Amino acid sequence: MNFTKNAVGRMIPEKINDKLVTSFQGVGKFRPQGKKHAPKIATCADYPLDGNKLVPNLKEALLKAGIKDGMTISTHHHFRNGDILAVEIFKIAQELGIKDLVWFPSASFPCQAPIIEQLENGTIHHIEGSMNGPLGKFASEGKMKGAGVLRSHGGRYQAVQDGDVKIDIAIIAAPTADPFGNANGVTGNSACGLLGFALADSQYADKVIVATDNLIPFPCIPWQIQGNYVDYVVEVDQIGIPEKIVSGTTRITKSPDRLHIAELTAKFCEEADLIKDGFSFQAGAGGTSLSIGVYFGEIMKKKGIKARFARGGSNKYLVNMLEEGLVEYILDGQTFDLDGVRSMRDNPRHQNTSPFTSYNYHGKGNFTGMVDIVILGATEVDVNFNANVVTHSDGYLLHGIGGWQNCLFGKNVILPIPLFRDRIPVIRDEVTTICGPGELIDIIVTERGIAINPRRTDLIEKMKNSSLPIKTIQELKAEAEAICGKPKVAEFEDKIIAAIKWVDGTVIDVVRQVKI
Amino acid sequence: MGTKVIAGNRGDRIRSDCYIELELIDSGGIQLELKSKVKKMFGSEIEDLVNKVMIFFEIENAKIYLEDSGALEYVMAARIEAAVKQLIKTKKEFLPEILSQNKTQTAKEQNRRSRLYLPGNTPKLAINAGIHKPDGIILDLEDSVAPAKKKEAAILVRNTLRAVDFYEAERMVRINQLPLGLEDLECVIPHHVNLILIPKAEEIEQIKKVNTKIDQLKKDRALNYDIWLMPIIESAKGVINSYEIAGAKNVVALAIGLEDYTADLGTQRTAKGKESFFARSQIVNASRATRIQPIDSVFSDVSDMEALAKNVQESKALGFDGMGCIHPRQIPVIHKNFAPNEDEIEKAKKIMNAFYEAEKKGLGVVAIGSKMIDPPVVKRAEKIIQQAIETGILKENWREK
Repeated sequence: MNFTKNAVGRMIPEKINDKLVTSFQGVGKFRPQGKKHAPKIATCADYPLDGNKLVPNLKEALLKAGIKDGMTISTHHHFRNGDILAVEIFKIAQELGIKDLVWFPSASFPCQAPIIEQLENGTIHHIEGSMNGPLGKFASEGKMKGAGVLRSHGGRYQAVQDGDVKIDIAIIAAPTADPFGNANGVTGNSACGLLGFALADSQYADKVIVATDNLIPFPCIPWQIQGNYVDYVVEVDQIGIPEKIVSGTTRITKSPDRLHIAELTAKFCEEADLIKDGFSFQAGAGGTSLSIGVYFGEIMKKKGIKARFARGGSNKYLVNMLEEGLVEYILDGQTFDLDGVRSMRDNPRHQNTSPFTSYNYHGKGNFTGMVDIVILGATEVDVNFNANVVTHSDGYLLHGIGGWQNCLFGKNVILPIPLFRDRIPVIRDEVTTICGPGELIDIIVTERGIAINPRRTDLIEKMKNSSLPIKTIQELKAEAEAICGKPKVAEFEDKIIAAIKWVDGTVIDVVRQVKI
Repeated sequence: MGTKVIAGNRGDRIRSDCYIELELIDSGGIQLELKSKVKKMFGSEIEDLVNKVMIFFEIENAKIYLEDSGALEYVMAARIEAAVKQLIKTKKEFLPEILSQNKTQTAKEQNRRSRLYLPGNTPKLAINAGIHKPDGIILDLEDSVAPAKKKEAAILVRNTLRAVDFYEAERMVRINQLPLGLEDLECVIPHHVNLILIPKAEEIEQIKKVNTKIDQLKKDRALNYDIWLMPIIESAKGVINSYEIAGAKNVVALAIGLEDYTADLGTQRTAKGKESFFARSQIVNASRATRIQPIDSVFSDVSDMEALAKNVQESKALGFDGMGCIHPRQIPVIHKNFAPNEDEIEKAKKIMNAFYEAEKKGLGVVAIGSKMIDPPVVKRAEKIIQQAIETGILKENWREK
């Protein structure tokens, strides 16, 4: 196979899973031509006039949708670690003797580890989606038949729109739906907030199945998913475990070290004059990010100012800020707890969004570039500010990309991270896997110092006389290595086990099988 | 087959530590079985370290099982040494390089507002303790260390004193009650500890014993740095003898431990603290009478910062200079509330201005209006101004407009 070096210096094969790929050409460089992908023309005469699309069970729905070998099946992670449906679907597929499916989830979670059985017995060929926990480990050890393809939330939408991924059957778990297929996530016992990750699938998939444990008579309002895209509706006992939407990452940290990093981050933003009346921010679901939001709130109260909007991942902390009037709007991509769900349902200032409005590469703009302060995590950062979110320093694929790549387009991108985890320094000469180019990453905040990307001369100038510990990234790296020692670079086999796509669909890096 | 000994810790909640099983054998060299979450990155460094320690202690044949949860080298070295010393009688010490910044000494009178307790045998809490900027850190060998772990904790604390940067915090060690505490001294005194906390101090004899041991160690090892003492009064008898204890050599501060004290009184510790009012006042009196610092007990509800702030204000009002903390988040609250408040600063400014004015005019008496100001009041005002400058509330050039 031929390899080419891409714009961040990584060797990219010409094909992944026997399909030609384009290697990363630089930020904003790739512009695919032609028309968007389109689903088959549907005719309403083929659907019941009374709007009743109910079928008795999932198996029948899958059979009616024409499930067969090699198809691409999509599911979504609105229930995060409380999802039930994906595991069930692939069990049914196995019973039916179907082989070589491609699973196209918007993200996978440890609760889906049982799917390893179908990966082993050939029901599923490979996963195109972020792989967390046990699935990541399985793939990393070279046990998956095909290579995984990891995309950002925006990149998933892009891949559906430009036809890189053609979804044969989309299954949407809906906390409330009517027999016509209208569905939402804000009501019902399993309410999870929004269904934004399923929007593209509903519009572009060949067949769409809505499964719900709260079937109500037409109309299901609001209809976040429109029944006009839906082929079949299935009523099931349980669709997901709403308590598990809170997947452990969404609690404020109690670690004094992480709180310290959060406080430093907030102080940096204040001193750099980023927290101004009418500003906007995005804070992720990690404990450190949540704490930063709380510190932002304190600064805003002190200054008597408001944020125009906050980009969520909503959670009770952000909802509090909305209700206290510190934040005028929440533009929500994903609800992380039940307070978020309640607020989205009841508060018109809490807007649900999809990757189309927030991140999409094939839209005529998106709002991620308008966000003033973006807080993200990383497993590693290199001396050129390139960062990794998918693999650990030992080479294992253990996290998804989520909206991470998309959020890099914000105005000030900050990564608050510990300088080392146990004995593993976070700042490396080269990251194990490049997920985001350093030119988009502005500030690294660690407990022992803050590094500003040399490209941001404006911030460096502003912070010239700061009392905060501003250091170069090389100084931070040296400090970590003085404490931990210099770690060896992970060793890999030749086999490529996953491709990391950039937001435009090009390949920014590949992940190889770990050497055991 | 020889005896198998263990040292260190393992388990789901253990981080930055390691567990070792060691067994001496007759032949076969050093047989290491290594299980480590950082094996891919540091496997060969870990093997090198094990071999170095074995050569140092002249062990040629041994079976070693090492389960590592990301321990830094100084921790791992301490664990291996602790295992070795259970099998071999030796005075040798396998020491990590000492950081140059850990050779500093502290002044008799310096800020001791906050001192952060760190369990001596829990490395993950020590590594980042300094970033929270307490005035002092305490590596504790006493109550936070299980009896069976005392020896390995002392070795770890010794290595911690050498290898961990606490970023200008005063490096303190709380030793065990005597006589075990005297053995602890042998382990930590030669490694630039700044201050020793003596628990359950009840009579001056205890302090004398500690001083004698330290003097002897300093002489034997030709150590020429100051080592201060902070006895902790934790009993009724200790309170009664506090004045004598406070006046002992090298004692720079006197602390009170209220949990044990109230138990000794046969009462309960309450939020209002009526039961300990006498003892706390006595500690303040004994300390002030001997020109040392009175230090208050720890506040144990780590989640209630408002109650802590109130507690600190009360402590300050009683005359204390500082208190212990058991969680890093308590540090800023303690510093903020021990700092002089606005009224105090305004008053102190007036007094100092009057003092400078009198000095300029060559007057022997300081006065504001018709009110005479006594020298101790001026001295106190000077201290308040100094604290205000140190905590950043007041600019150094506050007299310039």
